[in-house]
Amino acid sequence: MPIIQVNHLAKHFQVAEKGTGWRRTLRHFFRRQYRTVEAVRGIDFSIEPGEIVGFLGPNGAGKTTTLKMLSGLIHPTAGSVEVAGYRPFDRRREFLFQITLVMGQKQQLIWDLPARDSLRVNAAIYEIPDRVAKERVDALAGLLDMEENLTKPVRKLSLGERMKAELIAALLHHPQVLFLDEPTLGLDVNAQTTVREFLRTYCSRTGATILLTSHYMADVTALCERVLVIDEGALKYDGSLEGIREQFAPYREVKLELGQELDREDFERFGEVESVEGRVVRLLVQRETLAESVQQLMGAFEVLDLTVSDPPVEEVMGRIFQNGSS
Amino acid sequence: MRRYTRTLGRLWSASLFAEMEYRTNFVVAALNGIGTLAGTIFTLSLFYRDGFLIGGWVWTQALFIIGCFTFLDGFQAAFLGPNFQRFSEYIREGTLDFVLLKPIDSQFFVSFRNLSLWGIPNLVLGPLLILYAGFRNDPPVPLVDYLVGALALGLGTVMLYAMGFFLVTFTIWFVKLWNITIALQSIIQAGRYPISSYPPAYRFVLTYLVPVLFLTTVPAEAFSGRSETVWILGAAGLATGLLLACRLFYLFALRSYTSASS
Repeated sequence: MPIIQVNHLAKHFQVAEKGTGWRRTLRHFFRRQYRTVEAVRGIDFSIEPGEIVGFLGPNGAGKTTTLKMLSGLIHPTAGSVEVAGYRPFDRRREFLFQITLVMGQKQQLIWDLPARDSLRVNAAIYEIPDRVAKERVDALAGLLDMEENLTKPVRKLSLGERMKAELIAALLHHPQVLFLDEPTLGLDVNAQTTVREFLRTYCSRTGATILLTSHYMADVTALCERVLVIDEGALKYDGSLEGIREQFAPYREVKLELGQELDREDFERFGEVESVEGRVVRLLVQRETLAESVQQLMGAFEVLDLTVSDPPVEEVMGRIFQNGSS
Repeated sequence: MRRYTRTLGRLWSASLFAEMEYRTNFVVAALNGIGTLAGTIFTLSLFYRDGFLIGGWVWTQALFIIGCFTFLDGFQAAFLGPNFQRFSEYIREGTLDFVLLKPIDSQFFVSFRNLSLWGIPNLVLGPLLILYAGFRNDPPVPLVDYLVGALALGLGTVMLYAMGFFLVTFTIWFVKLWNITIALQSIIQAGRYPISSYPPAYRFVLTYLVPVLFLTTVPAEAFSGRSETVWILGAAGLATGLLLACRLFYLFALRSYTSASS
């Protein structure tokens, strides 16, 4: 039985529009003009317990809005959502004990105090006895290599350390459903790796479900077997990470090493030329014409070496977001 | 209930720890509270020295008013001011998200999360002044009047909170309403003197439109043994109504919460 069930979910916002200059500012002050933005347009999906699902899309695609509806922060305009058997926006106490939301750009820790003080507050709110809270904090801090930093004022922590402390605060009550919105945003490579490893370990130990948005494809490829792709509020893809290539990249990359340098124009009839660097040429060739194109290339040029490969998922996603997936 | 008291204890400890990072703050706050109180008493004593009665109130009764005013001013500075200002920040920065995600009443959390040291001197000085005025009164105030007065002052405190929270809830739509704390201070300031000392039009406004009458005058009358049951019952009814109204209004407003973009 799915732990997250979303049916025809939609969210529309009224957004005030304002032009520049005095005249338009005054008009905006006295008579506001609003425009309806369809942030999410009737999406459907379900997630089983224990799944780690990547939620991908360009900026403004509707990812965060969807996460906010799933966590009960905002009311949907239409459709239905069920998370762990509850309607999120009822914000039932039992529901809130089972979920958490981590946002890479917002923080809940008290700025002037050590993270341990904020964790004590959370322990009281979640009715966690002090002894159990201490054990959990020590265990989570151990996984994140944060034991030394929990007694420093939060304002003195680095961005990476702060995010790790935020994760401890968000997971202290051992939630079963984790909504993670850009949890590695702005972190250096080491911190990103630590956070990824931590999330993987947490899930394998607790069986928790994760819905993760990230602009770092490395997060998604490291953690998620399944991805949802959303663009302009509509769900464009729901399936395996590998399946993205099949659907959005119906081409393969052909790399040629030639006996002599040639111009880019010479290759354009075989496919999309990615790059020409000296005697090395990279082409994107449609899958259905691959065999024929390779044969023609071998016949037309002096080819010293030829390799055919799938384009990296990062590149495919980049193309989807750049061009729109429709 | 235990969860709420435990949470409150830890939140207030955290607030005090945060303020104790800046030690001179507390000393300045204490001096400011004592200075303001001394100034008010001095001004009133100038009137009473020549036998002038403000709104028909004698000196010790006027001290009850100042005591109630000082207590409410302390309550405003300790709780309402810092928490209501923070509420604007929650909305503007979208961090109300974290409050709404916690299994605790969000109105309770945003109303009492912070405790400011700046209000504590007046929170203590107000009741001390009331006790002092009770002893100086002729005859001294009996215990029952202290209890009825404390009840009336408690109801006044609830009304002040409810009015303030009702106003601050508009922040969910309008985002920037920092001047609400100034409006609240003005309401409290209007309760610095007995309602009977104001002209009839002001009296009408301060009784029926903005019920300042119930904040200081009714409790002071209760402390001085002059209260009528109907006023105490009226205060109880009004406090309950205002509290209910602000609660329903807040729940209604939350439906429009859009959470700032991340």
